[in-house]
Amino acid sequence: MMRKQVRPAIVMTLLLCIITGFIYPGVVTGLAQLVFSRQANGSLVEVNGRVVGSALIGQTFMQPYYFHSRPSAAGSGYDATASGGTNKGPTDRKLADTLVAQAIDSAVKIDHVTKGQIPGDMVTSSASGLDPHISPENAHQQVPRVATSRRVTVEVIQALVDAHTETRQFGFFGEPRVNVLLLNIALDSAFSRIDPTRKGSAK
Amino acid sequence: MTSSGALQYALFLGAVTALVRPLGAYHARVFAGEHTWFDPVFLPLERGIHRIAGIDARRQMSWRSYAGAFVSFGGVGTLLLYVILRVQVWLPLAANVAGITTPMTPDLAANTAISFATTATWQAYSGETTMTYLSQLVGLTAQNFIAAAAGLAVGIAFIRGLANERSNSLGNFWVDVVRALVWVLLPMSIIGGLVLIWQGVPMTIAPYLVVTTLEGSAQTIAAGPVAALEFIKQLGTNGGGFFNANGAHPFETPSPLANLLELLAIAVLPASLPYTFGRMTRRARDGWVLYCVMVALCIGAIVVAHRAEQRGTPALMHATGAATAPNLEGKEVRFGIGGSVLAAVATSIGATGSTNAMHDSFTPLGGAVPFANMLLGEIAFGGLGTGLISIVLVAMLALFITGLMIGRTPEYLRKVIGPPELKLMMWYLLAAPAVVLVLTAAAVAVPAGLAGLKWNGGMHGFTEIFFAYASAFGNNGQSFAGQSANTPFCNVTTAIAMMAGRFGLVIPALALAGQLGSARTRVHEGAVPTATMLFGGIVLATAIVMGALTYLPAFALGPVSEHLSMRGR
Repeated sequence: MMRKQVRPAIVMTLLLCIITGFIYPGVVTGLAQLVFSRQANGSLVEVNGRVVGSALIGQTFMQPYYFHSRPSAAGSGYDATASGGTNKGPTDRKLADTLVAQAIDSAVKIDHVTKGQIPGDMVTSSASGLDPHISPENAHQQVPRVATSRRVTVEVIQALVDAHTETRQFGFFGEPRVNVLLLNIALDSAFSRIDPTRKGSAK
Repeated sequence: MTSSGALQYALFLGAVTALVRPLGAYHARVFAGEHTWFDPVFLPLERGIHRIAGIDARRQMSWRSYAGAFVSFGGVGTLLLYVILRVQVWLPLAANVAGITTPMTPDLAANTAISFATTATWQAYSGETTMTYLSQLVGLTAQNFIAAAAGLAVGIAFIRGLANERSNSLGNFWVDVVRALVWVLLPMSIIGGLVLIWQGVPMTIAPYLVVTTLEGSAQTIAAGPVAALEFIKQLGTNGGGFFNANGAHPFETPSPLANLLELLAIAVLPASLPYTFGRMTRRARDGWVLYCVMVALCIGAIVVAHRAEQRGTPALMHATGAATAPNLEGKEVRFGIGGSVLAAVATSIGATGSTNAMHDSFTPLGGAVPFANMLLGEIAFGGLGTGLISIVLVAMLALFITGLMIGRTPEYLRKVIGPPELKLMMWYLLAAPAVVLVLTAAAVAVPAGLAGLKWNGGMHGFTEIFFAYASAFGNNGQSFAGQSANTPFCNVTTAIAMMAGRFGLVIPALALAGQLGSARTRVHEGAVPTATMLFGGIVLATAIVMGALTYLPAFALGPVSEHLSMRGR
């Protein structure tokens, strides 16, 4: 009974592979490029005509005048060809004692956060290592630093954060969040990025 | 439970339940060849495929021919995928070839080919550094479709066997596969794919883009024809992602809405099959009882996992100094605890294995939930087609046990479950522990099996290995990803588990369907009533007790010990 089925199996496999592997993706690509070309090409973001990244892919930010992304385990940090998490288990000592501890130390040092008020996402790595978002609480903790670097009041920066906070989709899907790249671009266009504590900072 | 989490869970289960009847009835019509609204478009397509492939649609198949066709189809699909993977770098549609750094060794290619042809879609590799666009489309996306269609066909054939009276025909495998593709999977994937693209999933064949970031460093952004794979990966309960991070990658699941849509895609088809079952066997209430068992298991899994993840780990609490520290390690901000837990439950009960968070970093109890779901046989809602088979077999086992207790011959759907049927059921039920436990024991006994443990040793390392074989056999494909799976030992042993989990279960299931279909139905006054919630409760208890009896000793060495040691510290 097997032998009789081999010929239809070969023909069907080839035929259905053509339909589902070429024709179907072709139709979807065609429709997508027509209707949603921005998303289909990776939701790229331009500043002054130059592509600076994708709105969906996080970036590393180190400078004090920018909001910082979450810790990342993708490559050496936000490597968008090496997505992934730390995959450290819940009882892994290195996770608590090294990775999270380092992130906490750095948050305490540069943002003067108080232990006990540290938002979880600020000190943990995401699953993809490319998380484009931080929580509004995380952003709030960074506001004083950014305000000082930009020589503006905390209220102004907080207002910008609030304007960039996405609420739950339709009121109940997912969690409130702030897109770090888009927020930082908005910062650059609204305020100069001269850091008064440093000599000859960027640009 | 946080209110936003509870609301999402309720909405998800509500939406699935609302779709059970319309989709279940649609399946029944499609596979009976009855009229549907879409016939003017789909019928010519079906006739064209039949003509080219030389399929005689009127030919009926016995269970042996049906199983033969299923096995041949799986075998040819595996071979074709193996060849494509091995020669991918010389084929066209490889704009991303510069980013390919993982060599496609024979063992990796064979493991991947078997993995996708069995809907396990276990991935021992990272998509963005291993697969060309051609492999992702003609290799993996196509297999996602055809393996899923084969699974749905087998599920329908199984129902036909139960509905038959003194007939040994289970239908025609090729006709069922084409109908599954043309009437169900392809149209839903086109619509679902477009919604995902609207939410931000890329669909392009351009090379990876190098950009200069705001701070002036270079970032290479891997994208590709993601949307074509993304929806069918869920709908077909396959689960193998385009990227290493699977559904956690923002290009696979860009928004909470996309997350919910993808999770619905996992659940709706398997969840609607009990209704199809009830309709085709003309025992609608029996179908609903099985559906209720599924929902009960699903709710239990959500509650346990949510509580564990929301509470977090003592280590995190201590480090952050906070009183509660929801476990956000390995989770995305846009999903939070609610969206991540829902995905973990949906993907594990759905035999899918796509993930939007790193299950390896879940708390021991949170991670034990997807694990236990796989060990219970993925009966709620289960793999496409195969999930229904599993829950019906558990129901039959429940009848056998109650039959023993009250001293009656077990009957299901007015058919006697006699010794030949019991032998097939036992084969089906014992295959899982035989393969999973033996391979786990073998892997922890030899250095090659332990070599994959990179940093998580001890109890957590044991869980990683045990999890891998449970996932492979369950044709689920998710992993505790801290284990490095691309070793010859792991590639070969998981491939064995995946084949056993697919063919070792489908063949006895079809044999059972053939056996029951050729039997005569009888009306017997003293039979245990199966269309009651009481019987649903017995089925649920049977599933849990069977799973616990089989796996609890091994389970205690892994997640249970880890949980106790974590809380006790």
